[in-house]
Amino acid sequence: MMYGLIVFLPLLGALVAGAFGRIIGDRASQVVTSALLIVAALLSGIALFTVPYGEPFTVDLGTWIVSGSFAVDWALRIDALTAVMLVVVTWVSAAVHVYSIGYMSHDESIPRFMSYLSLFTFAMLMLVTADNFVQLFFGWEGVGLASYLLIGYWYKKPSANNAAMKAFIVNRIGDFGFMLGIAAVFLVFDSLAFDTVFAAAPDHADHVTRMFGASVSTLDLIAFLLFIGAMGKSAQLFLHTWLPDAMEGPTPVSALIHAATMVTAGVFLVARMSPLFEYAPTAMAFVTFIGAATAFFAATVALTQNDIKRVIAYSTCSQLGYMFFACGVGAYAAGIFHLFTHAFFKALLFLGAGSVIHGLGDEQDMRRMGGVWRKMVFTYAVMWIGSLALVGIPFFSGFYSKDLILEAAFAAETGIGGFAFWLGILAAVMTAFYSGRLLFMTFHGKPNASEEVMEHAHESPPVMTVPLGFLAAGAIGAGFLGLPMVSGDHAFWAGSIHVRDLAHNAIEAAHHVPLWVKLLPVVAGVIGLAVAWTMYVANPLLPGRLANAVRPVYLFSYHKWYFDELYDAVFVRPARGLGTFLWRKVDLGVIDDWGPNGVAASTLAGTKRIVRLQSGYIYHYAFAMLIGVVALVTWYLLAVQG
Amino acid sequence: MSDWPLISLVIFLPLVGVAFILAIRADDQAVVAQNAKAVALWTAAITFFLSLLIWVQFDPTDAGFQLVEKAPWLPGFDINYHVGVDGISLWFVLLSTLLTVVVVLGSWHSVTSRVKEYMIAFLVMNTLMVGVFTALDVVLFYLFFEGILIPMFLIIGIWGGANRIYAAFKFFLYTLAGSVLFLVAIIYMYIFAGTTDLPTLMRTEFPPTAQYWLFLALFASFAIKVPMWPFHTWLPDAHVEAPTAGSVLLAGILLKLGGYGFLRFSLPMLPEASADFAPFIYALSVVAIIYTSFVALMQEDMKKLIAYSSVAHMGIVTIGLFTFNPQGLQGGIIQMLSHGLVSGALFMCVGVIYDRIHSREIKRYGGLAERMPAYAFTFMLFTMASVGLPGTSGFVGEILVIVGVFQINQWVALFAATGMILGACYMLWLYRRVLFGALVREDLLSIKDMRGTEIAAFAPLVALTLLMGVYPSLFLDPMAASVNDLLAHLEATTTLAAD
Repeated sequence: MMYGLIVFLPLLGALVAGAFGRIIGDRASQVVTSALLIVAALLSGIALFTVPYGEPFTVDLGTWIVSGSFAVDWALRIDALTAVMLVVVTWVSAAVHVYSIGYMSHDESIPRFMSYLSLFTFAMLMLVTADNFVQLFFGWEGVGLASYLLIGYWYKKPSANNAAMKAFIVNRIGDFGFMLGIAAVFLVFDSLAFDTVFAAAPDHADHVTRMFGASVSTLDLIAFLLFIGAMGKSAQLFLHTWLPDAMEGPTPVSALIHAATMVTAGVFLVARMSPLFEYAPTAMAFVTFIGAATAFFAATVALTQNDIKRVIAYSTCSQLGYMFFACGVGAYAAGIFHLFTHAFFKALLFLGAGSVIHGLGDEQDMRRMGGVWRKMVFTYAVMWIGSLALVGIPFFSGFYSKDLILEAAFAAETGIGGFAFWLGILAAVMTAFYSGRLLFMTFHGKPNASEEVMEHAHESPPVMTVPLGFLAAGAIGAGFLGLPMVSGDHAFWAGSIHVRDLAHNAIEAAHHVPLWVKLLPVVAGVIGLAVAWTMYVANPLLPGRLANAVRPVYLFSYHKWYFDELYDAVFVRPARGLGTFLWRKVDLGVIDDWGPNGVAASTLAGTKRIVRLQSGYIYHYAFAMLIGVVALVTWYLLAVQG
Repeated sequence: MSDWPLISLVIFLPLVGVAFILAIRADDQAVVAQNAKAVALWTAAITFFLSLLIWVQFDPTDAGFQLVEKAPWLPGFDINYHVGVDGISLWFVLLSTLLTVVVVLGSWHSVTSRVKEYMIAFLVMNTLMVGVFTALDVVLFYLFFEGILIPMFLIIGIWGGANRIYAAFKFFLYTLAGSVLFLVAIIYMYIFAGTTDLPTLMRTEFPPTAQYWLFLALFASFAIKVPMWPFHTWLPDAHVEAPTAGSVLLAGILLKLGGYGFLRFSLPMLPEASADFAPFIYALSVVAIIYTSFVALMQEDMKKLIAYSSVAHMGIVTIGLFTFNPQGLQGGIIQMLSHGLVSGALFMCVGVIYDRIHSREIKRYGGLAERMPAYAFTFMLFTMASVGLPGTSGFVGEILVIVGVFQINQWVALFAATGMILGACYMLWLYRRVLFGALVREDLLSIKDMRGTEIAAFAPLVALTLLMGVYPSLFLDPMAASVNDLLAHLEATTTLAAD
């Protein structure tokens, strides 16, 4: 009952605001959706304190699709992993709902916005409570739809529309892999229920199946296909291009969907599938590789971006990479722990950035900010809290989770683990640098905004600052709160995260690394911040000179490694060309000319002389066809029967 | 109640409505039109209601034909008037009667010329559509199957667009080729089996060589109806020229005749040939999905775009039908039903703005979401159903077919699944260009959102698309017995041949 409420209250809010928003008005839509979300958040809090360490259970809601042995239900699976995700989703969502009341106060269609936010929350909750692959896919695609609608929320802006489409389509590429993964799971296990599949997984370890005309390691293939889905949703390298563009959506959306919850669904997926991934060593190595590469790549791009939201977006992309390589080395608990802490400090950073944008009259370019900290002290303070948590300064939440991930990668003692560790350390330096750069460019130095803007620069109203305060508390405290998640015995998870060898698991190993490994991430953070301070506070001319000195490197980073240009040239334009070619040349050319038009032309030429049939009236042709039928029947009756 | 000839009532009741409409005599054309519309709506509604009774009386545990009626027709040839439904045809009957109500409502304000004849044409269509899905005698089936084209020709020819003659001509040439071969096949079957009784023929074992020839003959007819690549080029033209209601029935019902033909004829009667030709069907279907998706991407005419997308979606159907497993087969059938609802609704979406602006050109629009929120919602819902978003009917068919074919051939599954990506590309781009963006064109500034009759016409489609997406068991369970029976038959006959 309680779990049903957590999941369906947001849907109720979405329906009320969506269907009756025009009737009940803006204020009522805001109150209804936010209130329902706060109730769901409180109930989720209860779940977090009751579910872990206990037996998982399932709440049945009804049958969904049944065809032969393909049988999937609507059901809510409640275990420790779900409980953590319920808290992440509903707490951040509740904060974002309340914040949006202030942030979107001047918008034209407030009920629509609130409805989409609640719809998103519902889909995300369906995703994390799924007890089978297909329902997980339902939530997976549902959050994709909500993300599409919210990125394109300001539908009059062409850039927003393009970004929305890009997000949906790139995600679909991932979902395509996911869908095939589901089909492969069904082929191998003849079931799509998590319990059945997970229980049978160890029996398939090291098995080989014939699929795609080749002999492949069964579980590696399945894990790989599912991970393609995760790469799309979590914006990992090669499928990451939609995430920065998604910043076209309103800032609360960026905080909720593109930082705290939806983009972490891929990490959740890998953790949820740990009973499969544990027996898929090749796929795990691939996950580690992609995660580490993304963590590094996205951090390099974040160094040079000037749009405040894009910096945070690439930062998100990079942090997701950390979570993935944690999973890849078997430290799923560390990945989920980082997901948990990251949700708070990254949502905080986005909403804080929103507060700055709001206060500066919708300015997003950091080159036109600067020197505003006195005008918005509270925002300034929480941005520092969020940044310190992100950088991993001791006792802020990110410190606990990020350090643990790096330690786990080191402790893996594999080549790919070492690769992830060192890329992770480099990315940590860059993380600290771009975080410092963001703070210094935005709040310090001399004001670069026009005098008029500076005149009106103001702190946000309480409806926005209270959620910021809540998230700031999370950014500080989530590390302590989440510590039980990463005890070496995995008792917290009660089996919801599966490790192949509990006696020698990655988390346990991570707790026993040399001291220098434990210290290095913090050192990296301090170095990054110090460099940022030197370049943007002590010596503001330095960045420009440095950019000129290494111009190609700078441009490579600034243009995001030219992925968009590459994809446009390799996929988008050829697709259009192919479409036009197939239509004009093949359909209208070959098929029609050789087919109906050719036949028609010769038929017409023939009939013209015999009978003047081509009257152009349809019923003449219909009539002619009937004559033909009659003639054939007659022939049959006379010749065949006679 | 149960001894009523329920199916015959559903078949012929629309003709009673036709008689009433013919009897309308008045000097004022407006009065005639008003009465004709009212009679048509009532007739269609009562027919739909009666067809629901078929569903109520249907026993889902029985795999065979139910509510069967049989009467001698041409006794000399042992040809009977023989009708009935099983778990497969039941849904197509309901879809036909429902869509008739929908199109009558949908045309309420959009048809202005020859209203009387228009309504008559649609009621006749109603009779023929129900007839073709309930006929259990091949001669009867053939009459309905071919006869259905006549009102469709008329609908395109009289109420169609500027280039209707070319479209109808193309349609005519394609279908004529198929019809002739279909007839030859029927004649052979009759000579071989000595009966035209469909249930008997479905259990008749034709010799292997004959199966090949029969398969090809039937394939010609059904592949054109589906339409499968490369027999699809009549479809975009026919859709573009047809009035909205014609497009709805064309996409909703006529395209299903091919798939239904494969289910009723090719699979049960020619199991060995079907199994041998399955790779060929897969190949054509995969080409259809990818090829037409790319072509759809570049269309400038909304109706053409949706027509091409239909070819891609029907590619999923034909793959599913030839997987010979429950997921593929049921998925194919669900995909047909879903496509009937969704593409019908998408054509109606085009119709709504065509009625207002009289253009189907995508460039002509933009930013409609601002003025037409209800329309934007409806269009979005069906766009998502078309791309197979879970929770809509489109997803259920798609995942079942992909899961089904993945068990047979993973590459086919992979190529079929690319439709997920490509479908999203062309549909979202269409939506973006028509509904999103800034509203700049002057004549669009005063465009009105959907009116009551339009909302009423969409309402059942919206409800069913979601119902089929959230609770598809409602549709899957009653068809399970018939599908499993067909599969058992297929397995028995093909393994026998293999031994």
